[in-house]
Amino acid sequence: MSAQPVDTVSHAASSPEVAQPYDELGLKGDEYTAIREVLGRRPTQTELAMYSIMWSEHCSYKSSKVHLRQFGDLPKGDRMLVGMGENAGVVDVGEGLAVTFKVESHNHPSYVEPYQGAATGIGGIVRDILTMGARPVLVMDPLRFGDADHPDTKRVLPGIVAGIGGYGNCLGLPNIGGEVVFDPSYQGNPLVNALCLGVMPVDRIQLSAARGVGNVVVLLGAKTGRDGIGGVSVLASATFDEDGPARRPSVQVGDPFAEKLLIEACLEMYDAKLVEGIQDLGGAGLTCALTETSAAGRSGMRAHLERVPLREASMEPHEILASESQERMLAIVTPENLPAVLALAEKWGVLATAIGEVTEGDRLVVTWHDEVVVDVPPGSLADDGPVYERPMTRPADLDALQSAAMPAHPSTGELRDLLLRMVASPNLCSRRWVVEQYDRIVLGDTVLAWPEDAGVVRLSEQTGLGIALATDGNGRFARLDPYAGAQLALAEAYRNVAATGAIPIAVTNCLNFGSPEDPEVMWQFAEATRGLADGCRALATPVTGGNVSFYNQTADTAINPTPVIGVLGLLDDVARRTPMGFQEQGESVLLLGETREELGGSEWAWAEHRHLGGRPPAVDLERERVLGEVLVSGSRDGMLSSAHDLSDGGLAQVLVESALSRGVGARIVLPEALGPFVQLFSESAGRALVTVPRSEELRFTEMCSVRGLPCARIGVTDGSSLEVQDVLSVPLEELRTAHEATLPALFGPLAGDTAPAHPVVTAPATGLQLG
Amino acid sequence: MTARIGVVTFPGSLDDRDAQRAVRLAGGEPVALWHRDADLQGVDAVILPGGFSYGDYLRAGAIARFAPAMTSVVEQAGRGLPVLGICNGFQVLCESGLLPGALTRNAHLHFVNRDQRLRIESADSAWTSGYTAGQEVVVPVKNGEGCYVAATAVLDELEGEGRVIARYLGSNPNGSARDIAGIRNAAGNVVGIMPHPEHAVENLIGTAGSDGLGFFTSVLRSLVTT
Repeated sequence: MSAQPVDTVSHAASSPEVAQPYDELGLKGDEYTAIREVLGRRPTQTELAMYSIMWSEHCSYKSSKVHLRQFGDLPKGDRMLVGMGENAGVVDVGEGLAVTFKVESHNHPSYVEPYQGAATGIGGIVRDILTMGARPVLVMDPLRFGDADHPDTKRVLPGIVAGIGGYGNCLGLPNIGGEVVFDPSYQGNPLVNALCLGVMPVDRIQLSAARGVGNVVVLLGAKTGRDGIGGVSVLASATFDEDGPARRPSVQVGDPFAEKLLIEACLEMYDAKLVEGIQDLGGAGLTCALTETSAAGRSGMRAHLERVPLREASMEPHEILASESQERMLAIVTPENLPAVLALAEKWGVLATAIGEVTEGDRLVVTWHDEVVVDVPPGSLADDGPVYERPMTRPADLDALQSAAMPAHPSTGELRDLLLRMVASPNLCSRRWVVEQYDRIVLGDTVLAWPEDAGVVRLSEQTGLGIALATDGNGRFARLDPYAGAQLALAEAYRNVAATGAIPIAVTNCLNFGSPEDPEVMWQFAEATRGLADGCRALATPVTGGNVSFYNQTADTAINPTPVIGVLGLLDDVARRTPMGFQEQGESVLLLGETREELGGSEWAWAEHRHLGGRPPAVDLERERVLGEVLVSGSRDGMLSSAHDLSDGGLAQVLVESALSRGVGARIVLPEALGPFVQLFSESAGRALVTVPRSEELRFTEMCSVRGLPCARIGVTDGSSLEVQDVLSVPLEELRTAHEATLPALFGPLAGDTAPAHPVVTAPATGLQLG
Repeated sequence: MTARIGVVTFPGSLDDRDAQRAVRLAGGEPVALWHRDADLQGVDAVILPGGFSYGDYLRAGAIARFAPAMTSVVEQAGRGLPVLGICNGFQVLCESGLLPGALTRNAHLHFVNRDQRLRIESADSAWTSGYTAGQEVVVPVKNGEGCYVAATAVLDELEGEGRVIARYLGSNPNGSARDIAGIRNAAGNVVGIMPHPEHAVENLIGTAGSDGLGFFTSVLRSLVTT
């Protein structure tokens, strides 16, 4: 590496003619011009790197911002304490407690290096929650892969599952739910979304603003290395390539032990009120943390980069600022509290270094051995990035897709075999192979977890206060109609939460789409956000925050648009929760809602015919709201023994899952209308299957009729097989075998079943290099 | 007077609060102990909880044994202090030499969390006296390095002296020798168990029920009677 002098602000001011590689850093010509206007000179090399990161799609939301504003316009309700804009939204849940939750994507890193990509996805979202002042108490993972039997899925899935487990288990966070979906549209671009929820006393909420001239900027946690330096390495190579070593970007490598210590240290600092402001270091590392804290505080800040503890002494200013090394936080503390902060960090074995201070004025000044390498208004990086109204076009193939003829229905005689194939199909089969690798019970408050409709976690041992959480998304529905698809995802998560007896109160989202520069993708995005905003308004569930992930595509082919929606619900007493499975013999089985012939985008059409066409099921949000009320009331009044939301795979799937849960069978008589195939496999929304003791049946059905909710008694729990009169009868053991065999056959036997005869995934050595 | 049971927190301990809750639900008074502190505060018994102490760096439990708290635990265990090591705590007990053998990577190499059927093989320990030998219970396992191994002679000795206190029933989740889930020392005051009894203490939580509570009530009863 050549010992080229660092590009200082004064040098930049005196050398306007120097050509800069903005294009290779992903900045457009007009964006580069705007930077020069903001600064009144050309940016230094370090500043250019910072703008290129902060003005990237990932950090600036420049393509999505105009659409996301709809969420900010929604009524806030009376529970939202912190809305969008901070690291995660905060919701008041009563009893002096607040909950913060958020879902984020870590799609691309997980494809490149599945284990570390997924692991650091957990690490990142957990720090977002910690930043708000909360103790993280659970994680969930909505995952999407290519076809289950594709060779690359065998590479990607075991690594991602092991990475999520490896990091989350070691942090001591129960993994209470999520999704595993297979579809070829995710073949070259799996979706790894990670959700975390945290709890705190209302008065412990932390914010990111750096205020108070003279306050100290403290970097907590891991040393800074060359991990995750993506675009910035272009700058390095453009300048130094001739005689310097190649500096390939490396994937961030997670150390959950370091994060666990960071969590405990930060929580003790919050409780002792030692922190004025705090920000996690995630994407864009120090650049993001320094600019966002100073911009939020409308303060000046000075950072001395040579004080940052480094893993590699040869790192340069722009690399230190861009590094995405994991397990780091930036705290603003008063000089008086600094010794106490350092002592707590020492107690937990966490590195803590004063790297700067809050200053007068409104400039962020970064020095490197007393030379000024950055002197910028922080708001220009954090808040005033470019905003685009991207062109949009309705996809050219959408009319053809929506009007595609549906495959022929099978005959009644074929339904028994069809049922066994469907419950064994990759999207409907048991997730046991995956979830057994996750700790679901650590912390001792898990009331419900996989495979239940929603996870339920107790917040207070004294009162039984708890929360329910579900995430859902259906890329096929969204492909056929992104507006309806987003609402169907919202409705399903809402239904899942209500099925446990919880009142849905707030929404988070992770919007996974292709390239925003493709007008057809942008149209899908606009439709989906509009659908979600309208849906949230109708259901009175405000959006508390979320994440947009663009550029999920392989060459020119985008993934199915996949808005993943998380709904948070509240239970006064978790002892009242309703499980999904049949509990006792001899109880009445009731189908709530209305079944229509709705097979467009269905699991049946896909699994049996690889058919994606037609219209997704109709959305009726008022019906969803009433159904939710009935499920919650039924739980509170102790009428319900079980409740299970109907969605993928329809009634057939729900009957099987409910029966297998505790090995309680059922005798079912289907309604005459539409025929048994449609009754069993249609995916009409707004439905749930419940069981009630005979003694409660009349009271429950009257409640339904008062509220105008269709309710049909379709059978009784009985025996150890699933019998649908005049249609099929299958012993539960046969169903269980079919349901549970699929993933082990694809990815290796379950623990203890047989000797391992499959590719084994272990945590790779740290410091893995790509290239 | 309520017995006081210490739960040692190492950096990376995860099930420490769960163990404290189990002690409380069993009727004892949990006392939080810190790994750096050699003073065990006069507790009547000690639990080494599950988790990943010191990140499982080097080898699970290998660094924790050097903690000042462990020096005291080893010393007082020699004088009869009841000690229960759960999961990572079992690993620490083996690394400390309080129990023989070692826990290695699961045979199938994955972390596994499931409700596990166990047979309590011996009621002859401070932590299992409330069960009857041969009793079947369900307690969750969750571990990545739970495969118990020891020399054949050691295994024979454990079996011969009735020091295997619990065995896996049905499928063996981690490949442990002779399906061993837990063992005790010769005196019976020190027990190591790979499954997590502290996660089976409330019917509302998890899916395993409350069969694990017996470990905690056993020790409380033995403390009252001794």
